[in-house]
Amino acid sequence: MSNDWVVEANTLTKTYQMGEIEVHALRGLSMKIERGEVVSIMGPSGSGKSTLMNILGCLDRPSTGDYYLDRENVAYMNENQLAMIRNKKVGFVFQSFNLLPRSTAMSNVELPLRYASMSAGYRHRFAQEALESVGLANRLYHRPNELSGGQQQRVAIARAIVNNPSILMADEPTGNLDSKSGDEIMNLLLNLNKDRGTTLIIVTHDPEIADLTERVIYIRDGKVEMEK
Amino acid sequence: MNIWSLLIEALESLSANKMRSGLTMLGIVIGVAAVIAMLGIGTGTEESITSEIESIGTNLLYITSGGDATNPEPLTLADVSAMQNIELAPSVEFTAPIIQGRGDIVIPGESTTANIIGITPDYFNVQNADLAEGMQISQKQLDDFESVVILGSTTAEDLFGYTNQLVGETVRINGEIFKIIGVLEEQGGSHLTNMDEQVLVPLTSAKSRLMKRENPNEVDLIYAQARSADDVPQAEEEVSQILRSRHRSTLGEDDFDIMSTQTFLDMASTVTSTLTLFLGGVAGISLLVGGIGIMNIMLVTVVERTREIGLRKAMGARRSDILIQFLVESSFLSLGGGFIGIALGYMISFFIGQIASGSSITLNPVIQWNSILMATLFSAAVGLFFGIFPANRAASLEPVEALRTD
Repeated sequence: MSNDWVVEANTLTKTYQMGEIEVHALRGLSMKIERGEVVSIMGPSGSGKSTLMNILGCLDRPSTGDYYLDRENVAYMNENQLAMIRNKKVGFVFQSFNLLPRSTAMSNVELPLRYASMSAGYRHRFAQEALESVGLANRLYHRPNELSGGQQQRVAIARAIVNNPSILMADEPTGNLDSKSGDEIMNLLLNLNKDRGTTLIIVTHDPEIADLTERVIYIRDGKVEMEK
Repeated sequence: MNIWSLLIEALESLSANKMRSGLTMLGIVIGVAAVIAMLGIGTGTEESITSEIESIGTNLLYITSGGDATNPEPLTLADVSAMQNIELAPSVEFTAPIIQGRGDIVIPGESTTANIIGITPDYFNVQNADLAEGMQISQKQLDDFESVVILGSTTAEDLFGYTNQLVGETVRINGEIFKIIGVLEEQGGSHLTNMDEQVLVPLTSAKSRLMKRENPNEVDLIYAQARSADDVPQAEEEVSQILRSRHRSTLGEDDFDIMSTQTFLDMASTVTSTLTLFLGGVAGISLLVGGIGIMNIMLVTVVERTREIGLRKAMGARRSDILIQFLVESSFLSLGGGFIGIALGYMISFFIGQIASGSSITLNPVIQWNSILMATLFSAAVGLFFGIFPANRAASLEPVEALRTD
């Protein structure tokens, strides 16, 4: 039986030039994630965790190695192709929400669809559905400063899932929230995974959050240290 | 991204900082307004000078003594008779010699000075000298050395306080008694030679009583009117030939000058278009400064919105999407400023026209369509040109780096 790998990374390396010093952020890291899985990535700071997240989210390219996202090798794609992959296959949830402050929840969620050149009618429909699925049906036209932290993060999640991505990358999604809203956000993400089958990759250093996921990958010194 | 949502986004982000956007726009507003007003005033000046010269008549030649010769022979009545000879000068229709000088005009209790012009009846054929009342100077009055005078309207007003029913009154010109036979219509204050401040007397009377010349046949200026505007070069050639042979200057340099209305027109339009260009150029510099203001603000905006740019890239915005977004914003600033500037420039030139006409200078600023078009295109170009550098800086941001900044 062949597994349906949505993420397949083979011996990734990433080297930064910091002045005269070469920094090896990733040193031959390999990992696989199956479609529909919930995975958390943990590691101390400086472990290469952020670099790995940037590469998995197609914000950056590895120095060497192959990265298949949805069976497509994105390691050698150019800037515009990566932009298209991010637009179609990746959803991002950030610790600090990163909403456009002057735009309504609706137009924030519409943003990825705009870059996909979708017509206004469809954009509106999909954005509304996404906002309803995160429980903000009655907050469609509120601006970020009229919403609580938890609600803002829900808008961000709606924005991340509106293009129906292959992977949803969440970077410390509860880091800026109190524990109650944090729990709600985690429940929402896990439910989205259950209901929609969205592959969920959570980068965190909070063991409690990691405990909620099926699989935890520990990174240290640019390699996978252990899995459980 | 379609155009509509681009425009709305640009408006949203510009209106987020209204004060700053307004001030940035102000630079362009002032620049464009200055260009429009200056070009309008320049073109208006040119047109009013041109129409003034044309109102004198375009087929008129002005012949004066002088030229390049060191000891020019004066023009005489004999020269005039030669020009009136149809065989020598077939292209010349009328010839009108004049002599002129300043003189005191006195009535009991009032006096004024005026330009005294000694004329022949043909004068009325070559100059705009319509009479408000009375009659023109006749050949008989000329032949008989009659002491008659036609007053300009300002002179009449200065002396009598009114300009009608003056025919039959007498005035003293340099002590000699002259009878008023007519008053000229008011010409308006804008003419190059002010017709309202002159008095016309018969050439013969002027020479014998008012202005002594060495040679009794000497005249100061000869007007020669060509049969049509097309005949002007031919008439000029004929007059030159006559004067050369009569003054025996065939081999040497001409001792006379011939100017045509066309010469004045050319001179005037050279001066005014240089002036317009100069004014427009100075105003253009302020537009350039406005453009640099846009660049400055856009650079600040890019730094402030680094995180937003990173986010947009993470959501799938391509380099070109970001580039266009910032170019649209800078074009909005410059085009918006351009349109306001056109309106403001229009008003400024209108007010300057009003002020000018208040001080009795005819100046109708002319805002040409092509200067509006040019200002619009130029301000759009300024927005694009000065927007490209900041926009390119925004578009080149690495998403990873951009998202990391706070």
